[in-house]
Amino acid sequence: MYRILREILKNGIKTEPEPSPDSSLRVSEPMDAEMLDVLGKSLAIRHVDAGSCNGCELELHALNNPYYRLEGLGIHFVASPRHADLLLVTGPVTKHMEAALKRTYEAMPEPRLVVALGDCGRNGGIFCKKQNYACRGGVSGAIPVDVEVPGCPPDPEAILQGIISAFRA
Amino acid sequence: MDFQGSVKTDCIAPIWTVEAEGEDWINIAGSCREQGGRLVSIWGSEAGEGFFVQAAYVFPEGMLIARHPAVEGQYASLSDLFPCAGRMQRAVYDMLGIDHGGADKRPWLSHGMGPSFPLRKNPLPDQVLSEKDYPFVAVEGEGVHEVAVGPVHAGIIEPGHFRFQVVGEKVLRLEERLGYKHKGIEKQFEGMTVQEGAGLAGRISGDSTVAYSWTYAMAVESVCGVKPPERASFLRGLFLERERIANHLADLGALGNDAGFAFGLSQFSSLREDILRLNKQIFGHRLLMDLVVPGGVSRDLDMDAKRRIFEECEIMERRVRDLREIYMDHTGLQDRFLTTGRIAPELAAKLGLAGLAGRASRNAVDLRVDHPYSPYDRLEVVMATHHGGDVAARVSVRFDEIAESLRLTGLMLENLPEGQISCELPRMSGCGAGWVEGFRGEIVVFLEIEKGRVRRAHAHDPSWQNWPALEFAVIGNIVPDFPLINKSFNLSYSGHDL
Ligand code: SF4
Repeated sequence: MYRILREILKNGIKTEPEPSPDSSLRVSEPMDAEMLDVLGKSLAIRHVDAGSCNGCELELHALNNPYYRLEGLGIHFVASPRHADLLLVTGPVTKHMEAALKRTYEAMPEPRLVVALGDCGRNGGIFCKKQNYACRGGVSGAIPVDVEVPGCPPDPEAILQGIISAFRA
Repeated sequence: MDFQGSVKTDCIAPIWTVEAEGEDWINIAGSCREQGGRLVSIWGSEAGEGFFVQAAYVFPEGMLIARHPAVEGQYASLSDLFPCAGRMQRAVYDMLGIDHGGADKRPWLSHGMGPSFPLRKNPLPDQVLSEKDYPFVAVEGEGVHEVAVGPVHAGIIEPGHFRFQVVGEKVLRLEERLGYKHKGIEKQFEGMTVQEGAGLAGRISGDSTVAYSWTYAMAVESVCGVKPPERASFLRGLFLERERIANHLADLGALGNDAGFAFGLSQFSSLREDILRLNKQIFGHRLLMDLVVPGGVSRDLDMDAKRRIFEECEIMERRVRDLREIYMDHTGLQDRFLTTGRIAPELAAKLGLAGLAGRASRNAVDLRVDHPYSPYDRLEVVMATHHGGDVAARVSVRFDEIAESLRLTGLMLENLPEGQISCELPRMSGCGAGWVEGFRGEIVVFLEIEKGRVRRAHAHDPSWQNWPALEFAVIGNIVPDFPLINKSFNLSYSGHDL
């Protein structure tokens, strides 16, 4: 126990301030400001990987490390879509994941937000440079999207900015 | 290995190719098994009027790629000799419609939602199957029930379906269903210039981006008959070891967390973030994507960067050693790790358990040690192995490998040769292959190039060997230990589903 405490004390607090929202990431009409404010006070996120290369997942994991003040902002990842306010989607939406993605979206209570992550989430990225028999090519082809975050992969700060931009105008 | 007519490729790794007609196909597999070798990969291709199936084996001397004409679209199954062949053969059928003659005819990568046999020059029209049509093996008996999980899981994790047959808490049987991430990568490669292909190769499995782009570059270079400059080889080695360290740190943190030790996650994930940030500052990308390119590397390193990596290694070495002691002394953690998800060495050898998981089950295979090429031929890499085969063994091998990779990083920086970081590639045609030890295990890329454009690309991830092994590892364990066991293997879905 002593060594664990020593390690914690030695490393101190790493947390950094969060980025400010960027309205240019929005691709939908924002919903009622009051409603957004309520959602943003404690935001539950469900993540769905719709065929990523897993690079975007690595950065999502990194977003949960002590450098980023995720929980401090009231943002947390949840296991069930029924508990989620925001759906975070990675990948070019493979045909094999399309049904699962739609079902997850439909299982969420309204009002709900959707953030498409990475170049793949926006338009299929590198996997859809030409016609691809296996991919839909972007999240907005399958479900309505509110915010798109470019990058391959977007770094954790950009992801956080995208999430914040979904509920703070 | 003694095969008439085998030809050494121009690859810096020891790779031979051979035309295996008729009985040769099965004879080569047999003698590989006899000599204690392993099957790495099986794939198919269409050339001229017919289909071919290819298999890559590793013999003590190196890799042998056998090419066999699939007469009337058929060939003899290898799954009796090598159990890991089963799923690869099913995938070959899904992609090209070449029949393996084995017993299990179920589709594997295809979920029946696109064209049939998409890698053919003329794919057949779309087939429509429903997910319900996939016949899982059922276990019957008193008190047996079925738990179906996925493809969407309860965390930030890739999609796949797991079907458990359980009695109470205990797992009797697990069956996996993968392919959800199938994104037609091999088809996308077709027609790309070799430079364009490098970007795609680096995104076959994002966590192994350096390993894949290096393997791909090696394959291109072997077609062109060029060797990258020495400085480029050292930088590739440096990137690969940084990738290995970062992934192992992430896994160690996640394993602590899955066993209820959140302290481990926050400590290890901070260390990992430090590495990724330094990557970004020095090389311009946190995960080191697009740094290895055919012919060399795209970013160099100056004196100041060298010093910062040295300093980082020193801190990292100390911190990881302290954390290892904490992990080892933590009774609760060890209680969850020890004996959990065990694959005994004998079973591991039979299944061909690859890479890190294999080494944790005494399957002493590491390309950096067995067939070292530049820069590893000058580093005397020490292989980490363990006989335990359980989660604890896989944790221990990760700790050892981080320490070794830190040592290698120091050596590579000290001995970094001066000179160019890339070279020109002539526009060539031909076949080539690459072979690299990624953090998970050995990665192979096979390429057919025609006048500087990709005609056929095949990429193999060690997850193909280890996914079936995971089904064995969970037998007799309790369902709540599955996430821990799964994490201790940390297999790629994307690299497998292609
Ligand atoms: S955006 Fe880039 S990192 Fe993210 S899933 Fe796509 S290819 Fe991978």
